[in-house]
Amino acid sequence: MSKAARETWGDPTTAAFWEAAREHRLVLQRCADCGHWQFYPRPFCLECGSSALSWKEASGRGRVYSSSETHMAPSPDIETPYVVAVVELDEGPKLMTNIVNGRCRIGDRVRVRWREREEGPPIPDFEPDPEG
Amino acid sequence: MTRKAYIAGVAETPLGKVVDQTELSMVALAAKEALAEAGMSVKDIDAVFVNYMGEEGSVQVGEYLGIEPRWGDSTDIGGGSFEAFVDHAVLAIEAGRIEVALIAYASRQRSRRNRQLAGADDSYSIWGQFETPFRPLMPITHYALIAARHMHEFGTTPEQLAEVAVSARHWARMNEKAWSRDSLTVSDVLDSPVIATPFHRHDICLRVDGGGALILTTPERARDAAKKAIPVLGAAHGHTAWNLSQLGDFTHSAGVRSGRSAFAQAGTRPDDVDVLEPYDNFTSSVIMQIEDLGFCARGEGGPFVEEGRLRPGGGLPASTMGGGLSYNHPGALGLLLLVEAVRQLRGEAGERQVPDARIAVAHGIGGVCNSSAATVVLGRE
Ligand SMILES: [Zn+2]
Repeated sequence: MSKAARETWGDPTTAAFWEAAREHRLVLQRCADCGHWQFYPRPFCLECGSSALSWKEASGRGRVYSSSETHMAPSPDIETPYVVAVVELDEGPKLMTNIVNGRCRIGDRVRVRWREREEGPPIPDFEPDPEG
Repeated sequence: MTRKAYIAGVAETPLGKVVDQTELSMVALAAKEALAEAGMSVKDIDAVFVNYMGEEGSVQVGEYLGIEPRWGDSTDIGGGSFEAFVDHAVLAIEAGRIEVALIAYASRQRSRRNRQLAGADDSYSIWGQFETPFRPLMPITHYALIAARHMHEFGTTPEQLAEVAVSARHWARMNEKAWSRDSLTVSDVLDSPVIATPFHRHDICLRVDGGGALILTTPERARDAAKKAIPVLGAAHGHTAWNLSQLGDFTHSAGVRSGRSAFAQAGTRPDDVDVLEPYDNFTSSVIMQIEDLGFCARGEGGPFVEEGRLRPGGGLPASTMGGGLSYNHPGALGLLLLVEAVRQLRGEAGERQVPDARIAVAHGIGGVCNSSAATVVLGRE
């Protein structure tokens, strides 16, 4: 593992997300007062204003909200095509990701698949969910 | 209520490939030309509204012009900032704080090759942590994801997207300042290389040099204008999200509210609009803006643009100079939308003039993910 991947990653509000990512756990903020799931992290709940937030492991499952197959690399070292998508997690929040290990259409079920990288902790890709 | 400010002068900077000027000299030349239309000189400017002109842009442009304005504004909400500047400037004029506002912009993104498609991964911005690692093309992928969702929800087709590009090209063929003037068909668009689905090369705007200047002033000062001054009937703006994950419903934008507010101020409705200058950074954006502004119901923008409705002679002439798709897109298109709207209302658009144009709308958007919107309704007296 590179030095960057071992160092504390993220900012003071996101470090917990990246610590969990190292263990391949997808965590989100959850509000104890209203039950709202929040991503990315903030210092209070955007739904009700409560500061009673804690980190909870998400199911890691959701649906493709939108996807786009990219045929032009943003830099020469990147192989095309690849799929950039926005996934809506079962808990509610959306996140940007890459779809790997198969093709997906909008609405299809997907699950998280962590990708190791040199420059930092693993990032959450998504793949088709065999359990649907 | 009609708002009490007038556009007294407009000008384009040199356009296309600009090698004999800098951004600052381009802005200065366009300002001089717009001031001549307004019957004014540089010393009359007491407020500067600019964006993307370097750090503390309004200060740099004021210095370059040799003036010390009493109002400066470099608000950055993306390419539609210039429609928002009109909103801001009208308020300042109505409040009696300023009399002559310069709104200006120039870019040499083509000649300098300084436009980046890759964002930087970093460990402290939200964007660098949660979006750039997935290698979106900025902002092509973001708008592609928005367009794909619109197509999924409403059945919007690639042919309907292509029609927007074809329509813009029809207008560009009548504008000698347009960058792309060759004929273009729907199949040409669909046969052009796929960049990021659903976008083909021709669904994506140009990247060339350009810019412009606009003078906004009081009703009293507007009487001295050498050309017909155009009243601002309504203006409003707003914004949503910078990171795509935070954009709620992808098919809904800040343009719904900015449009509603600007039309209400103007006492007009979409039906009254003779000319629309939408922000055509991508073909899909035009379809969504037509819905946002209420020209048709949500989801019906695709069918709306069919049968040449946006083309010359169509029911809603749009992008009448050729738009960002065929005329010019200097990184931020908003100012050039206002310039064309004014020329149409003055009746000086030549071959591409929309007959008897009385109400025009310039609608800017901005940000990597349809992040902001700003609507300006202009009239003719
Ligand atoms: Zn809450």
